[in-house]
Amino acid sequence: MTPKIELTGVHKAFGPKVVLDGIDLSVARGESVVVIGGSGTGKSVMLKCILGLLRPETGSIKVDGEEIAGMGAKDRDRIMKKFGMLFQGGALFDSLKVWENVAFGLIQGQRMERNKARDIAIEKLAQVGLAASTGDLFPAELSGGMQKRVSLARAIATNPEIIFFDEPTTGLDPIMADVINDLIVKCCKEVGATALSITHDMASARKISDRIAMLYKGRLIWVGPAKDIDHSGNEYVDQFIHGRAVGPITMELRA
Amino acid sequence: MISFLATVGRVFLAFLAHVGRMSAFTAMAVSHTVRPPFYPRLILRSVIEIGYFSLPVVGLTAVFTGMVLALQSYSGFSRFAAEGAVATVVVLSVTRELAPVLAGLMVAGRIGASMAAEIGTMRVTEQIDALTTLSTNPFKYLVAPRILAGTLMLPFLVLVADIIGVFGGYIVGVYKLGFNSATYIARTWEFLEPLDVISGLTKAAVFGFLITLMGCYNGYYSKGGAQGVGAATTNAVVSAAIMILVFNYIITAMFFGK
Ligand SMILES: Nc1ncnc2c1ncn2[C@@H]1O[C@H](COP(=O)(O)OP(=O)(O)OP(=O)(O)O)[C@@H](O)[C@H]1O
Ligand SMILES: [Mg+2]
Repeated sequence: MTPKIELTGVHKAFGPKVVLDGIDLSVARGESVVVIGGSGTGKSVMLKCILGLLRPETGSIKVDGEEIAGMGAKDRDRIMKKFGMLFQGGALFDSLKVWENVAFGLIQGQRMERNKARDIAIEKLAQVGLAASTGDLFPAELSGGMQKRVSLARAIATNPEIIFFDEPTTGLDPIMADVINDLIVKCCKEVGATALSITHDMASARKISDRIAMLYKGRLIWVGPAKDIDHSGNEYVDQFIHGRAVGPITMELRA
Repeated sequence: MISFLATVGRVFLAFLAHVGRMSAFTAMAVSHTVRPPFYPRLILRSVIEIGYFSLPVVGLTAVFTGMVLALQSYSGFSRFAAEGAVATVVVLSVTRELAPVLAGLMVAGRIGASMAAEIGTMRVTEQIDALTTLSTNPFKYLVAPRILAGTLMLPFLVLVADIIGVFGGYIVGVYKLGFNSATYIARTWEFLEPLDVISGLTKAAVFGFLITLMGCYNGYYSKGGAQGVGAATTNAVVSAAIMILVFNYIITAMFFGK
Protein backbone atom coordinates (compact mmCIF):
# COMPACT_ATOMS: atom_id res chain seq x y z
CA MET A 1 0.00 0.00 0.00
CA THR A 2 1.35 3.45 -0.83
CA PRO A 3 2.20 5.40 2.29
CA LYS A 4 0.01 8.41 3.02
CA ILE A 5 3.05 10.61 3.43
CA GLU A 6 6.54 9.77 2.26
CA LEU A 7 9.64 11.90 2.71
CA THR A 8 12.91 10.92 1.08
CA GLY A 9 16.14 12.80 1.55
CA VAL A 10 14.52 16.13 2.41
CA HIS A 11 17.01 18.95 2.88
CA LYS A 12 16.09 22.42 4.05
CA ALA A 13 18.46 25.23 4.93
CA PHE A 14 17.95 28.89 5.75
CA GLY A 15 20.99 30.59 4.24
CA PRO A 16 24.02 28.84 5.71
CA LYS A 17 21.97 27.26 8.49
CA VAL A 18 21.06 23.68 7.65
CA VAL A 19 17.89 22.68 9.44
CA LEU A 20 16.81 19.44 7.76
CA ASP A 21 19.69 17.32 6.50
CA GLY A 22 18.17 14.34 4.75
CA ILE A 23 14.88 13.33 6.33
CA ASP A 24 13.39 9.96 5.43
CA LEU A 25 10.01 9.16 6.91
CA SER A 26 7.00 7.30 5.79
CA VAL A 27 3.61 7.42 7.44
CA ALA A 28 0.98 4.82 6.60
CA ARG A 29 -2.69 5.53 6.14
CA GLY A 30 -4.44 5.81 9.50
CA GLU A 31 -1.18 5.81 11.40
CA SER A 32 -0.23 8.32 14.07
CA VAL A 33 3.40 9.34 14.18
CA VAL A 34 4.88 11.68 16.74
CA VAL A 35 8.08 13.60 16.12
CA ILE A 36 10.10 14.54 19.14
CA GLY A 37 13.31 16.51 19.34
CA GLY A 38 14.94 19.48 20.96
CA SER A 39 13.69 22.98 20.58
CA GLY A 40 14.84 24.51 17.30
CA THR A 41 15.77 21.23 15.63
CA GLY A 42 13.38 21.79 12.73
CA LYS A 43 10.23 19.88 13.66
CA SER A 44 7.89 22.69 12.66
CA VAL A 45 9.96 23.31 9.53
CA MET A 46 9.46 19.67 8.57
CA LEU A 47 5.67 19.99 8.77
CA LYS A 48 5.74 23.21 6.78
CA CYS A 49 7.78 21.53 4.06
CA ILE A 50 5.17 18.79 3.73
CA LEU A 51 2.43 21.41 3.57
CA GLY A 52 4.32 23.26 0.85
CA LEU A 53 4.63 26.39 2.98
CA LEU A 54 8.39 26.06 2.80
CA ARG A 55 10.24 24.63 -0.17
CA PRO A 56 13.00 22.12 0.58
CA GLU A 57 16.15 22.42 -1.51
CA THR A 58 16.31 18.75 -2.38
CA GLY A 59 14.44 15.58 -1.64
CA SER A 60 11.05 14.23 -2.42
CA ILE A 61 7.78 14.60 -0.53
CA LYS A 62 4.90 12.44 -1.64
CA VAL A 63 1.33 12.56 -0.42
CA ASP A 64 -0.73 9.54 -1.47
CA GLY A 65 2.09 8.75 -3.89
CA GLU A 66 1.97 12.16 -5.57
CA GLU A 67 5.09 14.27 -5.58
CA ILE A 68 4.20 17.70 -4.22
CA ALA A 69 7.37 19.57 -5.19
CA GLY A 70 6.79 21.55 -8.37
CA MET A 71 3.09 20.75 -8.35
CA GLY A 72 0.75 23.17 -10.17
CA ALA A 73 -1.67 25.41 -8.31
CA LYS A 74 -4.73 23.28 -9.13
CA ASP A 75 -3.22 20.03 -7.91
CA ARG A 76 -1.83 21.73 -4.86
CA ASP A 77 -5.31 23.00 -3.96
CA ARG A 78 -6.66 19.49 -4.29
CA ILE A 79 -3.90 18.10 -2.05
CA MET A 80 -4.36 20.91 0.48
CA LYS A 81 -7.95 19.86 1.02
CA LYS A 82 -6.65 16.63 2.55
CA PHE A 83 -4.78 18.47 5.27
CA GLY A 84 -5.64 20.00 8.59
CA MET A 85 -2.96 21.82 10.52
CA LEU A 86 -2.71 22.99 14.09
CA PHE A 87 -0.05 25.68 14.13
CA GLN A 88 2.28 25.89 17.08
CA GLY A 89 1.33 29.53 17.64
CA GLY A 90 -2.38 28.97 16.98
CA ALA A 91 -2.47 31.28 13.95
CA LEU A 92 -6.12 32.15 14.55
CA PHE A 93 -7.58 34.87 12.34
CA ASP A 94 -7.94 37.72 14.78
CA SER A 95 -10.42 39.63 12.65
CA LEU A 96 -12.89 36.74 12.75
CA LYS A 97 -14.97 35.40 15.61
CA VAL A 98 -14.02 32.10 17.18
CA TRP A 99 -16.76 30.13 15.43
CA GLU A 100 -15.88 31.73 12.09
CA ASN A 101 -12.31 30.62 12.63
CA VAL A 102 -13.37 27.06 13.27
CA ALA A 103 -15.80 27.10 10.35
CA PHE A 104 -13.34 28.77 7.99
CA GLY A 105 -12.36 25.65 6.07
CA LEU A 106 -16.03 24.72 5.71
CA ILE A 107 -17.24 28.11 4.56
CA GLN A 108 -14.33 29.19 2.37
CA GLY A 109 -12.80 25.87 1.38
CA GLN A 110 -15.98 23.80 0.95
CA ARG A 111 -18.42 26.67 0.31
CA MET A 112 -20.77 25.39 2.99
CA GLU A 113 -23.70 27.51 4.06
CA ARG A 114 -22.88 29.71 7.06
CA ASN A 115 -25.59 28.43 9.39
CA LYS A 116 -24.72 24.84 8.79
CA ALA A 117 -21.01 25.54 9.19
CA ARG A 118 -21.74 27.33 12.43
CA ASP A 119 -23.46 24.29 13.89
CA ILE A 120 -20.49 22.13 13.03
CA ALA A 121 -18.12 24.72 14.49
CA ILE A 122 -20.04 24.77 17.79
CA GLU A 123 -19.93 20.99 17.89
CA LYS A 124 -16.17 20.96 17.30
CA LEU A 125 -15.71 23.57 20.00
CA ALA A 126 -17.59 21.31 22.40
CA GLN A 127 -15.20 18.49 21.52
CA VAL A 128 -12.26 20.58 22.68
CA GLY A 129 -14.10 21.57 25.85
CA LEU A 130 -15.26 25.04 24.88
CA ALA A 131 -18.79 26.31 25.46
CA ALA A 132 -20.93 27.45 22.56
CA SER A 133 -20.83 31.01 23.92
CA THR A 134 -17.07 31.07 23.29
CA GLY A 135 -17.90 30.97 19.61
CA ASP A 136 -19.03 34.58 19.58
CA LEU A 137 -15.85 35.93 21.14
CA PHE A 138 -12.80 37.07 19.25
CA PRO A 139 -9.54 35.12 19.56
CA ALA A 140 -7.89 37.99 21.43
CA GLU A 141 -10.47 37.57 24.19
CA LEU A 142 -9.36 34.01 24.95
CA SER A 143 -6.59 32.63 27.12
CA GLY A 144 -3.59 31.00 25.48
CA GLY A 145 -4.82 27.48 26.16
CA MET A 146 -8.28 28.31 24.87
CA GLN A 147 -6.76 29.70 21.66
CA LYS A 148 -4.82 26.50 21.25
CA ARG A 149 -8.00 24.49 21.54
CA VAL A 150 -9.87 26.69 19.08
CA SER A 151 -7.01 26.20 16.70
CA LEU A 152 -7.28 22.47 17.21
CA ALA A 153 -11.01 22.59 16.53
CA ARG A 154 -10.28 24.49 13.33
CA ALA A 155 -7.71 21.90 12.25
CA ILE A 156 -10.18 19.02 12.56
CA ALA A 157 -13.34 20.85 11.48
CA THR A 158 -13.29 19.65 7.89
CA ASN A 159 -12.53 16.05 8.94
CA PRO A 160 -9.29 16.06 6.96
CA GLU A 161 -7.58 12.85 5.93
CA ILE A 162 -4.24 14.02 7.26
CA ILE A 163 -3.85 16.13 10.38
CA PHE A 164 -0.71 17.81 11.65
CA PHE A 165 -0.59 18.80 15.29
CA ASP A 166 2.26 21.10 16.23
CA GLU A 167 2.47 20.85 20.01
CA PRO A 168 -1.23 20.27 20.66
CA THR A 169 -0.97 20.09 24.44
CA THR A 170 1.55 22.85 25.13
CA GLY A 171 0.05 25.44 27.44
CA LEU A 172 -2.82 23.24 28.60
CA ASP A 173 -3.46 21.97 32.12
CA PRO A 174 -2.79 18.23 32.58
CA ILE A 175 -6.45 17.27 32.53
CA MET A 176 -7.29 19.27 29.44
CA ALA A 177 -4.12 17.93 27.82
CA ASP A 178 -5.44 14.43 28.30
CA VAL A 179 -8.83 15.38 26.87
CA ILE A 180 -6.99 16.63 23.79
CA ASN A 181 -4.93 13.44 23.65
CA ASP A 182 -8.13 11.43 23.63
CA LEU A 183 -9.53 13.63 20.91
CA ILE A 184 -6.47 13.09 18.73
CA VAL A 185 -6.64 9.35 19.29
CA LYS A 186 -10.32 9.47 18.38
CA CYS A 187 -9.58 11.34 15.16
CA CYS A 188 -7.21 8.57 14.14
CA LYS A 189 -9.06 5.52 15.39
CA GLU A 190 -12.64 6.49 14.63
CA VAL A 191 -12.31 8.81 11.69
CA GLY A 192 -9.31 7.02 10.25
CA ALA A 193 -7.21 10.13 9.85
CA THR A 194 -3.46 9.99 9.45
CA ALA A 195 -1.74 12.12 12.06
CA LEU A 196 1.71 13.59 12.30
CA SER A 197 2.27 15.38 15.58
CA ILE A 198 5.01 17.23 17.32
CA THR A 199 5.21 17.30 21.06
CA HIS A 200 7.59 17.77 23.95
CA ASP A 201 5.10 16.12 26.27
CA MET A 202 6.23 12.49 26.54
CA ALA A 203 3.02 11.33 28.21
CA SER A 204 1.08 12.75 25.31
CA ALA A 205 3.52 11.25 22.80
CA ARG A 206 3.10 7.77 24.29
CA LYS A 207 -0.66 8.09 24.30
CA ILE A 208 -1.32 9.42 20.81
CA SER A 209 1.36 7.72 18.76
CA ASP A 210 1.75 4.43 16.98
CA ARG A 211 5.32 5.31 16.17
CA ILE A 212 7.75 7.90 17.46
CA ALA A 213 10.56 9.55 15.51
CA MET A 214 13.32 11.61 17.04
CA LEU A 215 14.82 14.51 15.16
CA TYR A 216 18.35 15.54 16.02
CA LYS A 217 20.78 17.65 14.02
CA GLY A 218 18.63 17.58 10.89
CA ARG A 219 18.15 13.83 10.80
CA LEU A 220 15.72 11.32 12.22
CA ILE A 221 18.09 9.42 14.46
CA TRP A 222 15.52 6.97 15.76
CA VAL A 223 12.17 5.81 14.46
CA GLY A 224 10.28 3.03 16.15
CA PRO A 225 7.06 1.83 17.73
CA ALA A 226 5.91 3.92 20.68
CA LYS A 227 6.14 0.97 23.06
CA ASP A 228 9.85 0.60 22.29
CA ILE A 229 10.73 4.14 23.23
CA ASP A 230 11.86 3.15 26.74
CA HIS A 231 14.33 0.57 25.49
CA SER A 232 15.37 2.13 22.25
CA GLY A 233 19.02 1.47 22.92
CA ASN A 234 19.70 4.98 21.66
CA GLU A 235 21.35 7.18 24.22
CA TYR A 236 20.09 10.37 22.57
CA VAL A 237 16.51 9.15 22.83
CA ASP A 238 17.08 8.05 26.42
CA GLN A 239 18.44 11.40 27.41
CA PHE A 240 15.59 13.19 25.70
CA ILE A 241 12.71 11.21 27.13
CA HIS A 242 14.11 11.43 30.63
CA GLY A 243 14.94 15.07 30.23
CA ARG A 244 18.48 14.85 31.54
CA ALA A 245 20.78 17.81 31.19
CA VAL A 246 23.79 15.51 31.02
CA GLY A 247 24.27 13.23 28.05
CA PRO A 248 25.30 13.11 24.42
CA ILE A 249 22.97 16.00 23.52
CA THR A 250 24.65 19.15 24.69
CA MET A 251 22.79 22.40 24.80
CA GLU A 252 24.87 25.17 23.38
CA LEU A 253 25.00 27.21 26.55
CA ARG A 254 27.73 29.57 27.51
CA ALA A 255 28.49 29.97 31.15
CA MET B 1 37.98 49.17 -4.88
CA ILE B 2 36.95 45.56 -5.48
CA SER B 3 34.87 45.57 -2.36
CA PHE B 4 33.24 48.80 -3.48
CA LEU B 5 32.31 47.23 -6.80
CA ALA B 6 31.10 44.14 -4.99
CA THR B 7 28.86 46.29 -2.83
CA VAL B 8 27.47 48.11 -5.84
CA GLY B 9 26.87 44.78 -7.55
CA ARG B 10 25.15 43.38 -4.50
CA VAL B 11 22.88 46.37 -4.15
CA PHE B 12 22.05 46.22 -7.84
CA LEU B 13 21.24 42.51 -7.65
CA ALA B 14 19.10 43.06 -4.57
CA PHE B 15 17.27 45.80 -6.45
CA LEU B 16 16.66 43.51 -9.42
CA ALA B 17 15.42 40.75 -7.14
CA HIS B 18 13.08 43.23 -5.52
CA VAL B 19 11.73 44.45 -8.84
CA GLY B 20 11.25 40.88 -10.01
CA ARG B 21 9.41 39.90 -6.86
CA MET B 22 7.21 42.96 -7.03
CA SER B 23 6.35 42.33 -10.68
CA ALA B 24 5.47 38.73 -9.93
CA PHE B 25 3.34 39.85 -7.00
CA THR B 26 1.55 42.42 -9.16
CA ALA B 27 0.84 39.88 -11.88
CA MET B 28 -0.51 37.39 -9.35
CA ALA B 29 -2.60 40.03 -7.64
CA VAL B 30 -4.15 41.28 -10.87
CA SER B 31 -4.85 37.81 -12.20
CA HIS B 32 -6.61 36.84 -8.97
CA THR B 33 -8.55 40.08 -8.89
CA VAL B 34 -10.22 39.37 -12.22
CA ARG B 35 -10.86 35.64 -11.76
CA PRO B 36 -13.42 33.96 -9.50
CA PRO B 37 -14.04 32.99 -6.74
CA PHE B 38 -14.72 36.48 -5.48
CA TYR B 39 -15.36 37.37 -1.89
CA PRO B 40 -18.17 39.97 -1.94
CA ARG B 41 -18.20 40.24 1.84
CA LEU B 42 -14.52 41.15 1.94
CA ILE B 43 -14.76 43.48 -1.02
CA LEU B 44 -17.59 45.31 0.72
CA ARG B 45 -15.55 45.56 3.90
CA SER B 46 -12.63 47.11 2.04
CA VAL B 47 -14.94 49.40 0.08
CA ILE B 48 -16.36 50.77 3.32
CA GLU B 49 -12.96 51.03 4.93
CA ILE B 50 -11.42 52.87 2.00
CA GLY B 51 -14.36 54.75 0.52
CA TYR B 52 -16.41 55.68 3.53
CA PHE B 53 -13.96 56.06 6.39
CA SER B 54 -11.53 58.10 4.28
CA LEU B 55 -14.19 60.68 3.51
CA PRO B 56 -13.48 62.96 6.50
CA VAL B 57 -9.75 63.18 5.94
CA VAL B 58 -10.08 63.56 2.18
CA GLY B 59 -12.87 66.11 2.54
CA LEU B 60 -10.92 68.17 5.02
CA THR B 61 -7.84 68.13 2.80
CA ALA B 62 -9.92 69.17 -0.20
CA VAL B 63 -11.79 72.03 1.44
CA PHE B 64 -8.64 73.66 2.80
CA THR B 65 -6.80 73.12 -0.44
CA GLY B 66 -9.56 74.86 -2.37
CA MET B 67 -9.65 77.72 0.12
CA VAL B 68 -5.90 78.27 0.10
CA LEU B 69 -5.81 78.03 -3.66
CA ALA B 70 -8.38 80.79 -4.00
CA LEU B 71 -6.47 83.05 -1.64
CA GLN B 72 -3.10 82.39 -3.20
CA SER B 73 -4.17 82.77 -6.79
CA TYR B 74 -6.10 85.92 -5.96
CA SER B 75 -3.09 87.60 -4.36
CA GLY B 76 -0.72 86.29 -7.01
CA PHE B 77 -2.88 87.09 -10.01
CA SER B 78 -3.74 90.58 -8.76
CA ARG B 79 -0.16 91.52 -9.64
CA PHE B 80 -1.11 91.43 -13.29
CA ALA B 81 -4.77 92.24 -12.84
CA ALA B 82 -5.99 88.74 -13.54
CA GLU B 83 -8.05 88.19 -10.39
CA GLY B 84 -10.94 87.12 -12.56
CA ALA B 85 -9.17 83.84 -13.27
CA VAL B 86 -9.38 82.64 -9.68
CA ALA B 87 -12.43 80.41 -10.16
CA THR B 88 -10.92 78.81 -13.27
CA VAL B 89 -7.56 78.27 -11.60
CA VAL B 90 -9.20 76.66 -8.61
CA VAL B 91 -11.34 74.23 -10.57
CA LEU B 92 -8.59 73.23 -13.00
CA SER B 93 -5.94 72.75 -10.32
CA VAL B 94 -8.26 70.84 -8.06
CA THR B 95 -9.69 68.45 -10.64
CA ARG B 96 -6.49 67.83 -12.57
CA GLU B 97 -3.87 67.77 -9.86
CA LEU B 98 -4.59 68.58 -6.29
CA ALA B 99 -7.58 66.40 -5.54
CA PRO B 100 -6.06 63.21 -6.94
CA VAL B 101 -2.56 63.77 -5.61
CA LEU B 102 -3.49 65.01 -2.15
CA ALA B 103 -6.29 62.49 -1.72
CA GLY B 104 -3.89 59.81 -2.93
CA LEU B 105 -1.23 60.82 -0.42
CA MET B 106 -3.70 61.03 2.45
CA VAL B 107 -5.20 57.65 1.62
CA ALA B 108 -1.69 56.21 1.25
CA GLY B 109 -1.02 57.26 4.82
CA ARG B 110 -4.29 55.93 6.08
CA ILE B 111 -4.98 52.80 4.07
CA GLY B 112 -1.54 51.78 2.86
CA ALA B 113 -0.25 51.76 6.42
CA SER B 114 -3.17 49.87 7.89
CA MET B 115 -3.14 47.25 5.13
CA ALA B 116 0.57 46.64 5.47
CA ALA B 117 0.21 46.36 9.24
CA GLU B 118 -2.75 44.02 9.07
CA ILE B 119 -1.36 41.71 6.41
CA GLY B 120 2.11 41.92 7.91
CA THR B 121 0.80 40.81 11.29
CA MET B 122 -1.04 37.98 9.62
CA ARG B 123 2.21 36.96 7.95
CA VAL B 124 4.33 36.94 11.09
CA THR B 125 1.69 35.17 13.17
CA GLU B 126 1.37 32.47 10.47
CA GLN B 127 -2.23 33.41 9.68
CA ILE B 128 -1.36 33.54 5.98
CA ASP B 129 0.07 30.03 6.20
CA ALA B 130 -3.11 29.00 7.98
CA LEU B 131 -5.19 30.38 5.11
CA THR B 132 -3.31 28.17 2.69
CA THR B 133 -3.86 25.08 4.81
CA LEU B 134 -7.57 25.90 4.91
CA SER B 135 -7.72 25.75 1.10
CA THR B 136 -7.98 29.51 0.71
CA ASN B 137 -5.68 31.39 -1.59
CA PRO B 138 -4.24 34.39 0.28
CA PHE B 139 -4.10 36.37 -2.94
CA LYS B 140 -7.79 35.93 -3.50
CA TYR B 141 -8.78 36.31 0.11
CA LEU B 142 -6.49 39.12 1.25
CA VAL B 143 -5.01 40.90 -1.73
CA ALA B 144 -7.66 40.89 -4.46
CA PRO B 145 -10.53 42.44 -2.45
CA ARG B 146 -8.30 45.24 -1.23
CA ILE B 147 -6.87 46.08 -4.62
CA LEU B 148 -10.29 45.99 -6.21
CA ALA B 149 -11.76 48.23 -3.54
CA GLY B 150 -8.82 50.66 -3.73
CA THR B 151 -8.98 50.97 -7.50
CA LEU B 152 -12.73 51.56 -7.44
CA MET B 153 -13.01 53.80 -4.41
CA LEU B 154 -10.21 56.27 -5.02
CA PRO B 155 -12.00 57.78 -8.06
CA PHE B 156 -15.10 58.12 -5.91
CA LEU B 157 -13.13 59.86 -3.17
CA VAL B 158 -11.47 62.15 -5.69
CA LEU B 159 -14.81 63.07 -7.23
CA VAL B 160 -15.99 64.05 -3.76
CA ALA B 161 -12.74 65.95 -3.22
CA ASP B 162 -13.25 67.78 -6.54
CA ILE B 163 -16.62 69.03 -5.43
CA ILE B 164 -15.55 69.94 -1.91
CA GLY B 165 -12.34 71.58 -3.13
CA VAL B 166 -14.20 73.76 -5.61
CA PHE B 167 -16.68 74.55 -2.90
CA GLY B 168 -13.83 75.65 -0.59
CA GLY B 169 -12.59 77.99 -3.31
CA TYR B 170 -16.11 79.31 -3.77
CA ILE B 171 -16.49 80.07 -0.04
CA VAL B 172 -13.28 82.09 0.04
CA GLY B 173 -13.98 83.69 -3.33
CA VAL B 174 -17.45 84.84 -2.44
CA TYR B 175 -17.26 85.56 1.29
CA LYS B 176 -13.71 86.79 1.60
CA LEU B 177 -12.63 88.07 -1.77
CA GLY B 178 -15.95 89.57 -2.68
CA PHE B 179 -16.74 87.77 -5.94
CA ASN B 180 -20.32 87.69 -7.03
CA SER B 181 -21.67 84.19 -6.37
CA ALA B 182 -23.25 83.69 -9.80
CA THR B 183 -20.17 85.00 -11.58
CA TYR B 184 -17.89 82.72 -9.61
CA ILE B 185 -19.98 79.68 -10.45
CA ALA B 186 -20.20 80.67 -14.10
CA ARG B 187 -16.43 81.15 -14.20
CA THR B 188 -15.94 77.75 -12.63
CA TRP B 189 -17.89 76.04 -15.40
CA GLU B 190 -16.71 78.21 -18.24
CA PHE B 191 -13.36 76.59 -19.00
CA LEU B 192 -13.86 73.24 -17.34
CA GLU B 193 -13.66 70.35 -19.78
CA PRO B 194 -14.65 66.75 -19.20
CA LEU B 195 -11.04 65.70 -19.75
CA ASP B 196 -9.95 67.70 -16.70
CA VAL B 197 -12.13 65.60 -14.46
CA ILE B 198 -11.56 62.37 -16.36
CA SER B 199 -7.79 62.68 -16.17
CA GLY B 200 -8.07 63.30 -12.43
CA LEU B 201 -10.25 60.25 -11.93
CA THR B 202 -7.92 58.12 -14.04
CA LYS B 203 -5.07 59.18 -11.80
CA ALA B 204 -7.19 58.33 -8.80
CA ALA B 205 -7.82 54.80 -10.03
CA VAL B 206 -4.12 54.27 -10.68
CA PHE B 207 -3.20 55.71 -7.27
CA GLY B 208 -5.79 53.52 -5.57
CA PHE B 209 -4.28 50.50 -7.25
CA LEU B 210 -0.75 51.53 -6.27
CA ILE B 211 -1.63 52.29 -2.65
CA THR B 212 -3.37 48.98 -2.04
CA LEU B 213 -0.75 47.09 -4.03
CA MET B 214 2.06 48.55 -1.94
CA GLY B 215 0.16 47.94 1.29
CA CYS B 216 -0.49 44.31 0.40
CA TYR B 217 2.95 43.69 -1.07
CA ASN B 218 4.89 45.06 1.87
CA GLY B 219 2.64 43.32 4.36
CA TYR B 220 2.78 40.04 2.49
CA TYR B 221 6.57 39.91 2.51
CA SER B 222 7.11 41.31 5.97
CA LYS B 223 9.05 39.17 8.38
CA GLY B 224 10.51 39.12 11.83
CA GLY B 225 7.79 40.17 14.24
CA ALA B 226 6.69 43.60 15.37
CA GLN B 227 9.77 45.34 14.01
CA GLY B 228 9.31 43.76 10.60
CA VAL B 229 5.68 44.82 10.51
CA GLY B 230 6.71 48.35 11.44
CA ALA B 231 9.23 48.43 8.61
CA ALA B 232 6.63 47.06 6.20
CA THR B 233 4.21 49.81 7.20
CA THR B 234 6.78 52.52 6.61
CA ASN B 235 7.81 51.03 3.29
CA ALA B 236 4.22 50.74 2.17
CA VAL B 237 3.53 54.42 2.79
CA VAL B 238 6.80 55.74 1.42
CA SER B 239 6.78 53.59 -1.71
CA ALA B 240 3.13 54.39 -2.39
CA ALA B 241 3.79 58.12 -1.99
CA ILE B 242 6.75 58.04 -4.34
CA MET B 243 4.90 56.00 -6.92
CA ILE B 244 1.96 58.39 -6.73
CA LEU B 245 4.25 61.31 -7.54
CA VAL B 246 5.98 59.46 -10.37
CA PHE B 247 2.79 58.13 -11.92
CA ASN B 248 1.17 61.53 -11.53
CA TYR B 249 3.76 62.90 -13.90
CA ILE B 250 3.47 59.99 -16.30
CA ILE B 251 -0.31 60.19 -16.50
CA THR B 252 -0.27 63.96 -16.84
CA ALA B 253 2.19 63.64 -19.69
CA MET B 254 -0.03 61.04 -21.34
CA PHE B 255 -3.13 63.21 -21.13
CA PHE B 256 -1.78 66.70 -21.65
CA GLY B 257 1.87 66.48 -22.71
CA LYS B 258 1.51 67.23 -26.40
N1 LIG C 1 11.49 31.39 8.32
C1 LIG C 1 12.66 31.09 8.86
N2 LIG C 1 13.76 31.77 8.51
C2 LIG C 1 14.97 31.45 9.03
N3 LIG C 1 15.16 30.46 9.92
C3 LIG C 1 14.12 29.74 10.30
C4 LIG C 1 12.81 30.01 9.80
N4 LIG C 1 11.95 29.13 10.35
C5 LIG C 1 12.70 28.36 11.18
N5 LIG C 1 13.99 28.71 11.15
C6 LIG C 1 15.08 28.07 11.87
O1 LIG C 1 14.94 26.69 11.75
C7 LIG C 1 15.21 26.04 12.95
C8 LIG C 1 14.10 25.08 13.27
O2 LIG C 1 12.91 25.79 13.56
P1 LIG C 1 11.60 25.05 13.97
O3 LIG C 1 10.57 26.08 14.15
O4 LIG C 1 11.30 23.96 13.02
O5 LIG C 1 11.97 24.44 15.38
P2 LIG C 1 11.17 23.39 16.22
O6 LIG C 1 11.88 22.10 16.13
O7 LIG C 1 9.75 23.39 15.82
O8 LIG C 1 11.35 23.97 17.67
P3 LIG C 1 10.29 24.16 18.85
O9 LIG C 1 10.18 22.86 19.52
O10 LIG C 1 10.93 25.17 19.73
O11 LIG C 1 9.03 24.63 18.22
C9 LIG C 1 15.38 27.10 14.01
O12 LIG C 1 16.73 27.13 14.38
C10 LIG C 1 15.02 28.37 13.35
O13 LIG C 1 15.94 29.36 13.69
MG1 LIG D 1 8.07 24.17 16.52
